[in-house]
Amino acid sequence: MIDPTGLELVARAVRGAVGDGSVRDTVHAHGAATLDVPPEDVHEVLGFLHSDADEPFDFLSSLHGCDYFPAEPRLAVHYQLLSTERRERLGVRTRVTVEAAESGVVPTVTDLFPTADFQEKEVFDFFGVRFAGHEDLRRLHMPEDYEGHPQRRDFPIGGEPVLYTFNEQRVPRWYE
Amino acid sequence: MSSPLSVPYREREESVTLERLEAPLAGTEVEADAELLTINIGPHHPATHGVLRLLCTLEGEVVRDVVPLIGYVHTGIEKSCEDQQYWKAITFVERMDYLAYYFNAYAFCAAVERLLDEEVPPRAQYLRVIHMELNRIASHLFWLGTAALDLGAISMLWWSLRDRDMILDLFEMSGGQRLHTRYFQVGGVIEDIPPGFERKTRDFTANMRTRIGQYEALLDENQIFVERLHEVGIVPHERLKDLGVSGPLLRATGDSWDLRKAMPYCSYEHFDFRIPVGTVGDHYDRYRVRIAEMRESMRIVEQALDGLPEGPFITDNRKVALPPRHELATSMEALIYHFKLVTEGFRVPPGEVYEAIESPRGELGCFVVADGSSKPARVHMRDPSFINLQSLHDMAQDDLIADLIASIAMLDPILGGIDR
Repeated sequence: MIDPTGLELVARAVRGAVGDGSVRDTVHAHGAATLDVPPEDVHEVLGFLHSDADEPFDFLSSLHGCDYFPAEPRLAVHYQLLSTERRERLGVRTRVTVEAAESGVVPTVTDLFPTADFQEKEVFDFFGVRFAGHEDLRRLHMPEDYEGHPQRRDFPIGGEPVLYTFNEQRVPRWYE
Repeated sequence: MSSPLSVPYREREESVTLERLEAPLAGTEVEADAELLTINIGPHHPATHGVLRLLCTLEGEVVRDVVPLIGYVHTGIEKSCEDQQYWKAITFVERMDYLAYYFNAYAFCAAVERLLDEEVPPRAQYLRVIHMELNRIASHLFWLGTAALDLGAISMLWWSLRDRDMILDLFEMSGGQRLHTRYFQVGGVIEDIPPGFERKTRDFTANMRTRIGQYEALLDENQIFVERLHEVGIVPHERLKDLGVSGPLLRATGDSWDLRKAMPYCSYEHFDFRIPVGTVGDHYDRYRVRIAEMRESMRIVEQALDGLPEGPFITDNRKVALPPRHELATSMEALIYHFKLVTEGFRVPPGEVYEAIESPRGELGCFVVADGSSKPARVHMRDPSFINLQSLHDMAQDDLIADLIASIAMLDPILGGIDR
């Protein structure tokens, strides 16, 4: 478990290795430590934490997206790092605007952690974050020709057109 | 980079790449003139354990490439949760991994409890452990039956489902439902276990010990079964870790990583149990690890029944948990709390947590973001089946297609959890 002091030490090590602006903020809440990182530095920060840090993190246990609507920047990608050696977790979070996410500011980390492959596809599918450098970024859960990114907060529930409407005339809006 | 969605539909069709089919075998030792055949296994196929579609490239009977295609049972549970109050979302998350519903409910409840800083009474923690470990046995039994079925040992399905039904009887006794019991609540469990539950559980564990011995005798002395599993589907430990694989698949390679021991939650540190590990990480080890895990789970259940503390089974914080039914007739405050909870739910202060637990298939993580309202702003499940599925390619490549079926069986994917 990383305590608040430990988190500051990790942040200092990251700043020293990657650059002063590489850690925007540190958050320690509910027993979990999180680094807030600008999107362009994600790859370098994770690369440092994965292999070069004094206390490395060998396992990426989860990568997921989040939409903080109406706060700006809206979208976020979370990386949950885990050290099986020291039994510590560290969250790395990067916030991006919708436009930046769609233009490919967030780099892929599949070269560092192959496990990110499916999860980056999932985040692209649901939030529209285009991971720059991902070899095969495509929709995973939704159909290939689906329009929109359904996990965004402004995507309405029930916004899905109904495909099979053969008895629509007889029973209007039968599907509700 | 332009958005793929700004391209008209017909043009987008052309973007469906066949690259993998035309040059699928970069990095393998296949001759250029080898006759390759690309087939679909699934989405509707009895051996894929759900609606999983595998795009296989075969050379004769040898699998040269396999791409899992998923999404056929995607129902948008994570999105639906955002429109539900916290206590109603439990019902939704239980339906993700439909064989490990207690684990889904626990991961979500524990995440919300951490956001609320809510203490769970010790009795509730023990009751949770009992139900989770029974659920682990039930899930492994279902895996044992279907995996053996895939390998041609049909009778195992009936034996293991018979025992799983006894666990479901126990769940029915405590929660009123056999599947998706919604027994775990934020702050504890919905009801205390009824009289007779303990005796019936002890009867079950006593019975199950000999039954597991019988199953082992049935399978381990079956030469076909053993040879189908022995030294098949080996993936090196480092590669599995890179792929994010956890749970029995990782432990089969000799890594003793288990969150119940490594980062104890829900008072698992009170119990004496061992972590079964394998040696080489082939299918046989995976089978042995899961069988041994069932034995350890029974030990935990018995210890939890022995040491079950007295006291409340749910927190007495009325802002979170429903007041007892009998108070409603006499107490005005109880009635108000009941009304507020049922109509509006409870509010959770803003924050975000990632809560990880050890499900029967590996690390089950629940990420919850609260925005201060009574509905979660985001619920995400890091489902172990979803991550573990990425190792199928490594397991099955350059093996026979019959071994691919064995690999799916030993991977134990639950499509409800993969697609969510």
